[in-house]
Amino acid sequence: MQQSPGWHGLANPHRFQRVSALILPWLMAAALGFLAAGLFIGLVVAPPDYLQGPSVRIMYVHVPAAWLSLGGYLGMAIAALAARVWRHPLADLSVRAIAPVGAAFAAVCLLTGSLWGRPTWGTWWVWDGRLTSMLVLFLLYLGVIALAHAYEDRSRGDRAAGLLAIVGVINLPIIKYSVEWWNTLHQPASIRLSGSTIHADMLQPLLLSAVGFALLFAGVVLMRMRALIAAQKKAVRLRRKAALADAGA
Amino acid sequence: MTLPALLARLVARDLARAVARPAEALLPPLFFLLVAILFAFALGGEAGLLARVAGGVLWVAALLASLLPVAGLYAADWADGTLDQLAVRGIAPETLAAARLLASALLLLLPLLAVLVPALLLLGVDPRGAGPLAGALALGGLGLAALANMVGALTLGARGGGGLVALLLVPLALPVLIFGAGLEAAGAPRLLAAAVLLLVALSPLVAGTALRLARG
Repeated sequence: MQQSPGWHGLANPHRFQRVSALILPWLMAAALGFLAAGLFIGLVVAPPDYLQGPSVRIMYVHVPAAWLSLGGYLGMAIAALAARVWRHPLADLSVRAIAPVGAAFAAVCLLTGSLWGRPTWGTWWVWDGRLTSMLVLFLLYLGVIALAHAYEDRSRGDRAAGLLAIVGVINLPIIKYSVEWWNTLHQPASIRLSGSTIHADMLQPLLLSAVGFALLFAGVVLMRMRALIAAQKKAVRLRRKAALADAGA
Repeated sequence: MTLPALLARLVARDLARAVARPAEALLPPLFFLLVAILFAFALGGEAGLLARVAGGVLWVAALLASLLPVAGLYAADWADGTLDQLAVRGIAPETLAAARLLASALLLLLPLLAVLVPALLLLGVDPRGAGPLAGALALGGLGLAALANMVGALTLGARGGGGLVALLLVPLALPVLIFGAGLEAAGAPRLLAAAVLLLVALSPLVAGTALRLARG
């Protein structure tokens, strides 16, 4: 297995802290720029939907949140796999770093979906295939978070949570299929979202805000990883201090 | 010792332990009945309504019953050093996990199927027509046992107890529940079998890896 030098070099937590400190401001600035552009065009400039009216603007938050919560889960599972295969020390940590961020995006997706459903479908919640899959994804995230926090030994929690993320990602297509199968069973011709074709005026702000949210996701995960590494360092330092104090006394 | 003989020995050990402590082994089927009774009290004793929802009720009851043994699946072996002993003898944790899956599936399914008839009678369903439901519960129960096996190994030594187990197991069990409870629909038995097969194939590998993590 050929490994790129960057992959290996960043395994050193000190170097990771240094490099990430350089990248982070640019990443967050770019995220804010894209978000500002995408949300301004989406919320102010883009035309309202001919059927749904202005409530379609929820889409510019809702759809990127859905994409990113799904992509985040996939990324988390890939990180967990990397941790198992290459014993990359930061990959384990990134499972713990990604999970709450992905869960937050899934929660945003569910909340905005509910707010969107009220005016368009006339109800806060529909047992629609897509909504239900997102709910299950949210629960899978909560399971990973709970397992990561269930152990005294943090690295044990990281590894167990990573393994669970891998199991979850294998099962995700089956869960999604089963939920959709169940949906057709109980609700033939259920309510669908506004259709698969989307006008360019709406696509442009959607893509801008999706890029913005993706950068925001990456930035927050990076910040969490930096905080986790710092906490780890602090714990080690405290332990060393305590040992020195014991030796002195 | 060959692998089949080793598996047989490990399964026999688990079964013997369960037989020695029957009160523990009978708790899941008792719980299964209790959930069915709870639904009858909660929804009212109207026979038609209960019979209509009986299939779904029994699937939920089976899923809840499958949660009960999870915490104890590996706890004793972990605490008394059996896990380490087996590792010292060169027995892979995956082998132990496969044996535990077989044993725990038998210990979940056989008592559950034994109390299926009284459960159906309590819900006002004629048990003579419940052959497909029994078959699906047996198959689905195997899938639930496979999931329980993974979750039991993953949560070994974890805080959080039953709530954590339920949070991990329930989302992953949804396909089994959906295909099992939707048994009358076309293709459901085959989809159930496929979902269960995947879980059974995955379970020893994941549980074995999790046991390695637990040993540190």
